[in-house]
Amino acid sequence: MLYSEKVMDHFTNPRNVGEIENADGIGEVGNVKCGDIMKIYIKVDKGIITDVKFKTFGCGSAIASSSMATEMIKGKSIEDALELTNKAVVEALDGLPAHKVHCSVLAEEAVKAAVKDYYDKNGIEYDETKFCDGDCCHCSKHSEE
Amino acid sequence: MRIYADNAATTKVSPKVIEVMLPYFDKVYGNPSSLHTRGQEAAEALYEAREKIASLIGAEAREIYFTSGGSEADNQAIMSAARAGAKKDKKHIVSTKFEHHAVLHTLKRLEREGFEVTLVDVNENGIVKAEDIEKAIKEDTCLVTVMFANNEIGTIQPIAEIGALCHEKGVLFHTDAVQAAGHLDLDVKALSVDMLSASAHKFHGPKGVGFLYCKRGVVLKPLIEGGAQERGKRAGTENIPSIMGMAVALEEATSKIKENTEKLIPMRDKLIHGLEKIPHSRINGDKEKRLPGNVNICFEGIEGESLLLLLDAKGIEASSGSACTSGSLDPSHVLLSIGLPHDVAHGSLRVTISEETTDEEIDYIIKSVGEVVEYLRGISPVWEELIKGKREFILK
Ligand SMILES: Cc1ncc(COP(=O)(O)O)c(C=O)c1O
Repeated sequence: MLYSEKVMDHFTNPRNVGEIENADGIGEVGNVKCGDIMKIYIKVDKGIITDVKFKTFGCGSAIASSSMATEMIKGKSIEDALELTNKAVVEALDGLPAHKVHCSVLAEEAVKAAVKDYYDKNGIEYDETKFCDGDCCHCSKHSEE
Repeated sequence: MRIYADNAATTKVSPKVIEVMLPYFDKVYGNPSSLHTRGQEAAEALYEAREKIASLIGAEAREIYFTSGGSEADNQAIMSAARAGAKKDKKHIVSTKFEHHAVLHTLKRLEREGFEVTLVDVNENGIVKAEDIEKAIKEDTCLVTVMFANNEIGTIQPIAEIGALCHEKGVLFHTDAVQAAGHLDLDVKALSVDMLSASAHKFHGPKGVGFLYCKRGVVLKPLIEGGAQERGKRAGTENIPSIMGMAVALEEATSKIKENTEKLIPMRDKLIHGLEKIPHSRINGDKEKRLPGNVNICFEGIEGESLLLLLDAKGIEASSGSACTSGSLDPSHVLLSIGLPHDVAHGSLRVTISEETTDEEIDYIIKSVGEVVEYLRGISPVWEELIKGKREFILK
């Protein structure tokens, strides 16, 4: 089998699918040209992510990675969400095939982009270098390994 | 329910073929190069298979060379023509943009060795024009290689026309007929081809066996060195069970071409009409000049791998040309060659049916694809932008 049971579960029954109206932060990363786009919406209350939803255009592992990432940050503090790594997403999914690891990177970046948007909207200062520009096709920040 | 709709990838081996193969494992198991009775029995069987295949494509037995499949036949035809060409200082090859990788990668290799390769464009319907091939031919062209039918979009190329013009110009002509053999009538004389590749597993024969037709008088150089098998053109003890299976498979398939075509075309067209009704979709490839069992369609706003996996969960086994399924960043070169933008090419689906496909299965495929496309669009941010007018539809 190409994917673990966990991946298939999150792919066929994705958690937190949808949009949030009046979201406090929206992050979108990826590029249709490359075949993956992830969009994550967060609702924040007193520094806690109280709700999160996503929409993803992409392969099975992209959908599963977004689903897993949203589960992992729901109910967590903004700071904790920023600590989410693609590696943690891969582990939680019981692994991804090597050529699909970039999907978990997209999930990490989508979460960060949503937080960045939240910071921007609320005039909160942050360290720019911690965030990507969202052009995942030509990303050099992450290795695919 | 499990529906196999990936017959362009490979086919089920026919029961008759399996039956024919069996004795060659434990009864007639001799090496055809051996002089004793058991060896000579195998040699006779091998000859019969060669004759049978030759007669099915209008060739002579000595013009058939058995190989390990379509890839090897393509490699050998091209490398051989290139080596022979280089001797006469002819180092230019003409082909098309949407050949199988067995051809394209071999041509890439020759390019690295100093050959010049012209890959002719195909039109938006996935057909190459004979006149474009003609225009690409130069003084130093040593080979033209054009596939008979495309493996992804099923479009059938004007091979007889290209063959005739190559003949006229005295340029060697090879066709990769892997998707055509056993599905379309093949007559090497009428087509004026010098070399033709075929592979058994695409016509209900076993995997790992194929053949190269090479016209008498055309130089053929070996790819694999060793013993004197295949008249010194392909070393290695012959895969007798598979070769016997391939001969019967081709005979069976060829005898059923008319019947199968009559059965498949209405089913294929029903599938096309059913799937086309899904909004913002597009059938890829000419609707008439296409293999009787091939349907290829793109859906805007979704990605092909997730479509495939969800169809598999519903019991439908199909294929896609998305980047995720090809293991690279780019979607299929075939879909790009007919002018599809990346965005749309990622959302492609190939359904290839066989004579075993039923009407009920066609209905179920149409219904299931509709459901899965709708579901995936529902979770796609691209689709959201398209319907909110923030992004423009490519497929109207
Ligand atoms: C058009 C075409 N050429 C070549 C091949 C390679 O054939 P084989 O799998 O027998 O090596 C295939 C099938 O994969 C094909 O569809």
